[in-house]
Amino acid sequence: MSTTIDTKTVKANPRPAAEEAPAKSKGYWHGVGARLIRDPVSMICAGLLALLLGAVVFAPLLPLADPFTGSMVSRLKPIGTEGHILGTDELGRDMFARLIYGGRLTLMLGLLPVAFAFAIGTCLGVLAGYVGGWLNTAIMRTVDVFFAFPSILLAIAISGALGAGIVNSLVSLTIVFIPPITRVAESVTASVRSLEYVDAARISGAHPLTVVRVHVLGNVMSPIFVYATSLTSVSMILAAGLSFLGLGVKPPEPEWGLMLNTLRTAIYIDPVLAALPGAMIFLTSLCLNLLSDGLRSAMNIKD
Amino acid sequence: MLAYTLQRLLYVIPVAFGVSVICFMLVHIAPGDPLTAVMPIDATAEQQAAMRAEYGFDRPLPVQFAIWLTNALQGDLGASIATGRPVASEVSRAVGNTLILAFTASLIGFPLGIFFGFVAGIFKDTLIDRAVTAFAITGVSVPNYWLGIVLVVIFSVTLGWLPSMGAGPGGSTNWAWDYEHLRFIILPAVTLAVVPMGIVTRTVRALVGDILSQDFIGALKAKGLSRFGVLRHVVRNVTPTTLSVVGLQLGYLLGGSILIETVFNWPGTGFLLSNAIFQRDLPLLQGTILVLALFFVFANLIVDLLQPLVDPRIKRG
Amino acid sequence: MTDTRDADIPIRRKVQEKTKAADRGGPAQPLVIARDLKCHFPVRKGVFNRKATAVRAVDGVSFTVEKGETLGIVGESGCGKSTTARLLVGLTGLNAGDLIFDGDRLGEDLSLKELWDGVQMVFQDSYASLNPRLTIEETIAFGPKMRGVASGAARRLSHELLERVGLAPGRFAGRYPHELSGGQRQRVNIARSLAMKPRLVILDEAVSALDKSVEAQVLNLLKELKDEFGLTFVFISHDLNVVRYISDRIMVMYLGEVVEIGPVGSVWDKRAHPYTAALFAAMPSMDPDNRTEVPPLLGDPPNPIDPPSGCRFHTRCPFAESVCSAAKPKIVAVDGAQGHEAACHMLDPVSGHSKSAGGAHLEAAE
Repeated sequence: MSTTIDTKTVKANPRPAAEEAPAKSKGYWHGVGARLIRDPVSMICAGLLALLLGAVVFAPLLPLADPFTGSMVSRLKPIGTEGHILGTDELGRDMFARLIYGGRLTLMLGLLPVAFAFAIGTCLGVLAGYVGGWLNTAIMRTVDVFFAFPSILLAIAISGALGAGIVNSLVSLTIVFIPPITRVAESVTASVRSLEYVDAARISGAHPLTVVRVHVLGNVMSPIFVYATSLTSVSMILAAGLSFLGLGVKPPEPEWGLMLNTLRTAIYIDPVLAALPGAMIFLTSLCLNLLSDGLRSAMNIKD
Repeated sequence: MLAYTLQRLLYVIPVAFGVSVICFMLVHIAPGDPLTAVMPIDATAEQQAAMRAEYGFDRPLPVQFAIWLTNALQGDLGASIATGRPVASEVSRAVGNTLILAFTASLIGFPLGIFFGFVAGIFKDTLIDRAVTAFAITGVSVPNYWLGIVLVVIFSVTLGWLPSMGAGPGGSTNWAWDYEHLRFIILPAVTLAVVPMGIVTRTVRALVGDILSQDFIGALKAKGLSRFGVLRHVVRNVTPTTLSVVGLQLGYLLGGSILIETVFNWPGTGFLLSNAIFQRDLPLLQGTILVLALFFVFANLIVDLLQPLVDPRIKRG
Repeated sequence: MTDTRDADIPIRRKVQEKTKAADRGGPAQPLVIARDLKCHFPVRKGVFNRKATAVRAVDGVSFTVEKGETLGIVGESGCGKSTTARLLVGLTGLNAGDLIFDGDRLGEDLSLKELWDGVQMVFQDSYASLNPRLTIEETIAFGPKMRGVASGAARRLSHELLERVGLAPGRFAGRYPHELSGGQRQRVNIARSLAMKPRLVILDEAVSALDKSVEAQVLNLLKELKDEFGLTFVFISHDLNVVRYISDRIMVMYLGEVVEIGPVGSVWDKRAHPYTAALFAAMPSMDPDNRTEVPPLLGDPPNPIDPPSGCRFHTRCPFAESVCSAAKPKIVAVDGAQGHEAACHMLDPVSGHSKSAGGAHLEAAE
């Protein structure tokens, strides 16, 4: 579709703003990092995400209740109950422990597909953009076909066909994110390819793969990476959405989307408790979006 | 412009073909036999083979695809494995409700998104801009299936103002544009509209801010053009990109309605899909996805055909 | 510090060793013979994206570059001079024609990789021509390393070359391109091309983007380096004064074709082709008495997709006659100057143009 402005406006940034020449030479990322650290919103989000990631990774080491054992007598205890700081779910399992353990799966299912798609899409897009010709046509027209599906529809279609399960969910979301990343990678690569330093590298007689590795990849990775970070929140919402529909993680595994689904019946009894897993998805996704925006402006990429 | 229109029209053919290939393959990437769901457990090998032949699953893939595509072009999307009814009639009954929901949501989301985007872009870096930006990023970040539940908790469970389930009083599935039915569409439509609204707001804000900072705007102001006159120039520059983004978001409305319809028991394609998923009714899944994807392809086609009306560069190009 | 043996050898000798060894054709053999070079870029049009037509960027260009000379190429933007430059380094593929480098035909006796051993290029845009993620030193050392030079030696070479182009290695080697000024970046560009020990350097608008004072410095540096390293230059610019200053011979291009070529002094004085005359007349003069006499060029050059018939300049030429749109002018010698040729009916006695030598006889006879 020729209407995908959001992927086409991402441009390579071959001319980092010529600033006052510093006494000591600093790399590009140094400046980006310095700008990012000065942005309080990004730092708060990064802090919250780091905290969440830490809790999620080290969950087994934390003094948490067992997220799988419940008790029928202590079902749907409200927030603040003694022993269950965030209450219990519909099967009497500790909500706090389940939210932490649930974050493991949700974050993994949200972030891994983008990481995989980043790797695959960058390869495809750089190949298409650098080599051009019929290879470009073949890759980009295939991408166009996948673009004809709204992302949620494609995720549900593939997941629905493959059936529920963590691996299937990873596969379908990876397929969903390969086309947009490929498109961005292709357009950025094509613009870098036309720059004269790539010509200069070519006439040094270097192997094309070396030219790509040294002169193209380094200059296309950051815009592609920033674009990929902007997909993480969508990916996580989609991953949880698949589980919410019964297409992702299967019970009794704790996962935010699935927890939101199983707690739906409890909205009449304890609405705040029932909304907790969704609130976690929302907050995480908000932090991911804000951090991605911060990164984008720190790298001087206009949207 | 005629060449552009023709080119755009012809371009739909390979894309629609590719979409149908993908939809066809959905059944074949599924693990196991697509007939498992309906095959009796004690079926003999002969019975299994006979059944496979009946559904055409014993032919080579390209032949199966050719048959399937020919049938699909004639409006035959096969029979639902779970109900035995034709998929086409199931989908056509549901797709109307989905379109009503998507249409209502677009009436809410797009005008508001464009309005907020303009306001934020014009008052860039003021308190108004910051408030709108915060609102927009919240809209973009919210998982709408959760937002739906939250709205139900507030407006149905707590306040009791609006119904939380279905598309009409008494489980009615026949839509009518009257007060009784409209009460049912408010919550799902608002829920569905939030994400596109956030995206449109962000896009328009960036575009307006960008154009206002360009030199030619300064020249127009220096020339003594009124504020309204300047705004007219901004609108003309913002429209083409906004139209494209709106076109893309139409797809979101069609796709996003799947989860929303599940939350609100809205009798549309999303509801149909979630049933198909639970019963592993692959022909139904395939047919629904195909119809929705084709709707998206044609929605984008219409947006692209409208582009020359708002973008003089295409007309001349 | 320990390896002083290598550093003691003057850098120019190290470069020349390679150069000498590579000179195979002898001094009489032109370094480059370009014969009827053509480069057409397809333009896709219509509903089915067919290759309907082509931009004839370079359309039958022939010239030679002698060893040790500087050939200047001038012309309006879009005349094909930059495409010619890219053809000479093999960055753009030829559609037709032969490129013979020191007696070896590209594609037959010579691979692209071998061509790049002898030809390097200095690019116009000093921003886009340096990789923003590499330090200056890494940029210069990249080429030699790709040729198998050990990284320590490549690094030393880059420092020597930086020194030679007037950038103190201690201050500049570790810097990134955005920390340099335009003139400094262009010096790095020159050092990078020299690191490949070329025999021919193509300079495509290499000084055009620089301030006038910096431009003069870089031009003088180029002249010095040319003598020191025994280089041959093809120097492309739209600035006639710069080309006059640095070139031995000058070639004027119009719409993908050569209209005039010859020794710089002769071309400057005679301006045999009306396009050359108009181009030179459009140059601002410092002397108020030296007013423009020849009418300056009007309008833009015609579209290279569909160039005018006959002489391509006839649509803008004040002397155009019917023969000009009917027949393509032959390249003929401009009398009184050795090696000075131009493609104009007025110079061809048998063309039938009323102002040609033959036509003048006719007029006189009347």
